[in-house]
Amino acid sequence: MTETSDLKAVLDPANYADGTVFDLAGPLAGGAIALDEIVPARAPWSAVVKQGQVLTIVDVGGNQSGDCLLYNARDTAERYSVPDTVVGGGNLYVRAGTVLRSCLGNPLATVVANEIDRQDTIGGACGKESNSLRYGHHTTAQHGCRENFLAEAAKYGMGARDIVSNLNWFMNVPVEADGALGIVDGISGPGKRVAIRAEMDILVLVSNCPQLNNPCNDFNPTPLRTIITEPG
Amino acid sequence: MATPAGQHVTDTVGNARADARAQAGLLADAMPYVPAASTPYPPPGVDPSRLTWAETVAGGNYGHKVIARGTRVRLQDVTGEACAHVLLYNALEPWERLNVADTVKIPWQAYLSAGHPLLSGDGRVLATIASDDSGRHDALCGTSTPSANRAKYGGSAPEGPSPSGRELFTLAAAKHGLAPRDLPPSVSFFQGVRVGPDGALAWAGGAGPGKVVELLAELPLIILIANVPHPVDPRPAYTCGPLRVHAWRSAPTAPGDQFWDATPEAHRAYLNSADYCTARGL
Repeated sequence: MTETSDLKAVLDPANYADGTVFDLAGPLAGGAIALDEIVPARAPWSAVVKQGQVLTIVDVGGNQSGDCLLYNARDTAERYSVPDTVVGGGNLYVRAGTVLRSCLGNPLATVVANEIDRQDTIGGACGKESNSLRYGHHTTAQHGCRENFLAEAAKYGMGARDIVSNLNWFMNVPVEADGALGIVDGISGPGKRVAIRAEMDILVLVSNCPQLNNPCNDFNPTPLRTIITEPG
Repeated sequence: MATPAGQHVTDTVGNARADARAQAGLLADAMPYVPAASTPYPPPGVDPSRLTWAETVAGGNYGHKVIARGTRVRLQDVTGEACAHVLLYNALEPWERLNVADTVKIPWQAYLSAGHPLLSGDGRVLATIASDDSGRHDALCGTSTPSANRAKYGGSAPEGPSPSGRELFTLAAAKHGLAPRDLPPSVSFFQGVRVGPDGALAWAGGAGPGKVVELLAELPLIILIANVPHPVDPRPAYTCGPLRVHAWRSAPTAPGDQFWDATPEAHRAYLNSADYCTARGL
């Protein structure tokens, strides 16, 4: 599945691994729909979500990691911070109610609904170079989330300096008692959703993860659906 | 009654110059020792003439240096209450910098200890944790923010009694032409955090006075150090002891060394760093 312009083909399960099932679901918040898009498998996406709007991300095919970065839309030097989110919530996992904080400790967004047990924010993003460490240099030619982030960030005048550790919607990264951690089989499924409410105007970057070497997308990259709804 | 001004005669340029020069040779509890060989605290087993950096960083202060590939940096928690927050950059291309997610994910290990590679987002090892007798470190919680320190201690300014790590990093970074957008999440040494089964963070604190961590630079690095209380330190008072920093010329990790092929992931990280240096003629 490499052609990304033909929506019908993008949403045809026959173009993915055997047994692929799609559920497009719908928004997790009730207001009028301001934007409703499909992010093809392996592709980047971005949008500005205004304060009070809710962004619903739908895991259309199930266990598809959506790597995600948030920025203050008015000053992108203020951006999502894993440690500030983790310290602010006192917990390593992201769940309903988790406040997604910036590097200045300010709330960028709040998780207002979440249909899986927990979301990840420690697993970071894959990339061509990091794939060479994780799996071997034979995987370096493969597209990665870091490349998606760089390409999408470039549209806003940002670059490598602006790509920091991220959120991974629908990815499962347990930390064991001895500190062992890793990406394991997902706990999501077709049509599972997460929704965040913007606490300020935020620029959202999403990489629909292209990884082919671990279970973060079930070895079968599938589309995501992104829906922005107005308040109330 | 003695006033600060009353202790100085500075009414003319000549007197002001003499007054300033009279300070020569004074010592402070926290200061750089220049040349590094003049340090009052030479690390055991290291010929002081090999030292390239010697400094005591006070609690609530920061240090920074550009160091050569192969430099060994020794951090010592003098009182057991230091917390060395560290950021690393490839000195030649500083948009390559510490990536905490890759640093825990790629070695399959959240807790830092000897042998752990500190990785960039570009598939290379920036530095190796070459030795560690503390075991109380953190790669998950970053450093303190201005808002958190204002809420917790009543202030966060670098000139005040409870500087935040972010503000000190901002200054240290600026000394190397780097801006706030160049401050990614950092790691910290000497105060530990552990994760419970449900993801809850538990404070582990320090391991006592005198503990030492050594970092080995695998690329030419800009290293920034903010010595401030850990962001989940539960103590209500701003508590941070002095950090002693010494560095000397050594050799980067190479084939046959203990950590070169300790794991397949780290092995390829060393290969990538060596490949980069070979291509650049380093």
